[in-house]
Amino acid sequence: MARPARSFRQGTKPRLAVMKFASCDGCQLSILNMEDELLSLGTVLDIAYFPEASSRRLAGPYDITFVEGSISMPEDVQRLADIRQRTTWLITIGACATAGGIQALRNWADAEEWKRAIYPHPDYIRSLSTSTPISEHVKVDFEVWGCPIDKRQLLRVLTDIIGGVRPRLPHHSVCLECKRQRQVCVLVAKGEPCLGPVTQTGCGAICPGMARACYGCFGPAEGPVAAPGAPPNTHALAQQFHRSLGLIPVEVIRRFRGINGYLQPFREESHAWESTEDTHNQG
Amino acid sequence: MNPSHTASWGILNRRDFPRLLDALRTQGYRIIGPTLQDGAVKWGDIATVDDFPVGWRDHQSPGHYRLERTESFRYFDIVHGAESFKPLTFAPRETLLVLERTHKTFVATPILPDPEPLAVLGVRACDLAGLAIQDRIFLHGPYADPYYRARRDRLFIIAVQCTRALDTCFCASMGTGPQATAGFDLALIEGDADFVVQTGSEEGARLAQHLSLHPVPPERLRQEEIRMAACAASQTRSIDQSALPRALYDAHDHERWDDVARRCLACTNCTMVCPTCFCHGVEEQPDLMWTRSERARVWDSCFTPDHGYIHGKNLRPTIKDRYRMWLTHKLAAWIDQFGMSGCVGCGRCLTWCPVGIDLTEEIKELIRSRQASGS
Repeated sequence: MARPARSFRQGTKPRLAVMKFASCDGCQLSILNMEDELLSLGTVLDIAYFPEASSRRLAGPYDITFVEGSISMPEDVQRLADIRQRTTWLITIGACATAGGIQALRNWADAEEWKRAIYPHPDYIRSLSTSTPISEHVKVDFEVWGCPIDKRQLLRVLTDIIGGVRPRLPHHSVCLECKRQRQVCVLVAKGEPCLGPVTQTGCGAICPGMARACYGCFGPAEGPVAAPGAPPNTHALAQQFHRSLGLIPVEVIRRFRGINGYLQPFREESHAWESTEDTHNQG
Repeated sequence: MNPSHTASWGILNRRDFPRLLDALRTQGYRIIGPTLQDGAVKWGDIATVDDFPVGWRDHQSPGHYRLERTESFRYFDIVHGAESFKPLTFAPRETLLVLERTHKTFVATPILPDPEPLAVLGVRACDLAGLAIQDRIFLHGPYADPYYRARRDRLFIIAVQCTRALDTCFCASMGTGPQATAGFDLALIEGDADFVVQTGSEEGARLAQHLSLHPVPPERLRQEEIRMAACAASQTRSIDQSALPRALYDAHDHERWDDVARRCLACTNCTMVCPTCFCHGVEEQPDLMWTRSERARVWDSCFTPDHGYIHGKNLRPTIKDRYRMWLTHKLAAWIDQFGMSGCVGCGRCLTWCPVGIDLTEEIKELIRSRQASGS
């Protein structure tokens, strides 16, 4: 996905831009939350465009551009194409940019009908009928997952690019990290419908550490598209939710159709249970 | 744990049990044992005897773990908890060394652990068998691991003999339990009114001198042997090791691998809770300026996408590849590699598998069909 990293010339600082599409700004706040590292970041990077943090707005081109948010409005497509033209590294940050976000739930609905039902003046609302990830529109060099992203992961990606190393983040399940932290499995010990076994690591296994079930905010383990026979095995986990934990099909659908529900492994799993729903209703 | 030690036995009255804790603390040990945490039993600090999970027992079955209230006053009714002994010696995450860049070169400084003396109370036979296997891996040969060694050498181990088997236990078939016969400083058998204490090392014998033990009637030892034998006989699961390792190598193309791959999540839980799985990764954590880096060892698993990755290719892209790799190594290749099975029969991989895959069933199918087709 990412091109080989290039080292930045001695004495020149990489120029960083942070852009936003449809999103809550939480991932940009994760950048600002790197409180201990912000001064160092300012030393090694030229923060050229980051309206959430600074009124200084330098025009491109940029070396690294973080893109937050999904493509949700008609003019987004052209603006994104312009950003792609002006940056060397285009890195998506967060579930909206990498997966379409929670707003991608509209992809299963009649968006026009929703507008009429919700807004007194639906004609004021200018939005596409779908919310889609950045990678459906332009080439993305690297994806940082999460809702919101993990600041340690973001820092690691920046560190690698600055050092001329191709960035890598782990794609294995949340369970491995949960066990490294010596936490008790909430699925086995409490019967919680935890998505950890099919979800990508990166959060630090926060929810199981709080005795809560993982809800998949770092996306499918091993990437947005599952190869045949490869993880994530969403079907086996969904069967366990249904047969052993007693979730009815609509509850299984809701587990998978969340923040990252539009991505293929989760999307196809929820579709499979939709047909189960139909069977049940007809039966 | 001197093999030349001659075991002796004594009886410790139940009301004198706190003396054991006092004696350990006087010797400078921090004490850990089974404690209730997050709806399960985990290793935790023992300040007084009230920290033991008195009045609780565990129910375990594939993919299922629950604690149940009882009227019992025993300290060790819980057979075993969510964790094996492994994290106490092989840390899930530890810094190995720090690298610092200087003007023209770099300096590497090893960060060796200096752990406090630790007494572990309530260790089961399967835990000890797992520890013996980890010792074989980390301490044997020319490249003994100093990080593991530091954690291993500070231990005082007090085993508790099993008199109740879980639905998931199969140590009897692996020859590792339910009776612990070696690898401990002291071993306890909990009775209604007292404990039978057995010494396993000179250190254990010295500590036992502080416990005012009473002599054990020979009849009592015979009764306890019968109790442990009954515990072994009550185990319903087993692995037939007679045909291993050959039978698993021959089963390489068995259709059962496809069947289990449809159920397996490749989530790594079985390998994490396994007392013998030793795979680890090494991670570099550089600072933004690339002037300093911490190199850490972290638990890894043969179920991760990176484990089978060599330059340009993942040798084990599918769940089938990974499950076959795990089971074949654990139950067959381990024997060729280390001269012993990699499984101790604790059953944790059954319990803590989110979808309840039972390796005793998988191996049975893989071997049975071979015998049928091979005749």
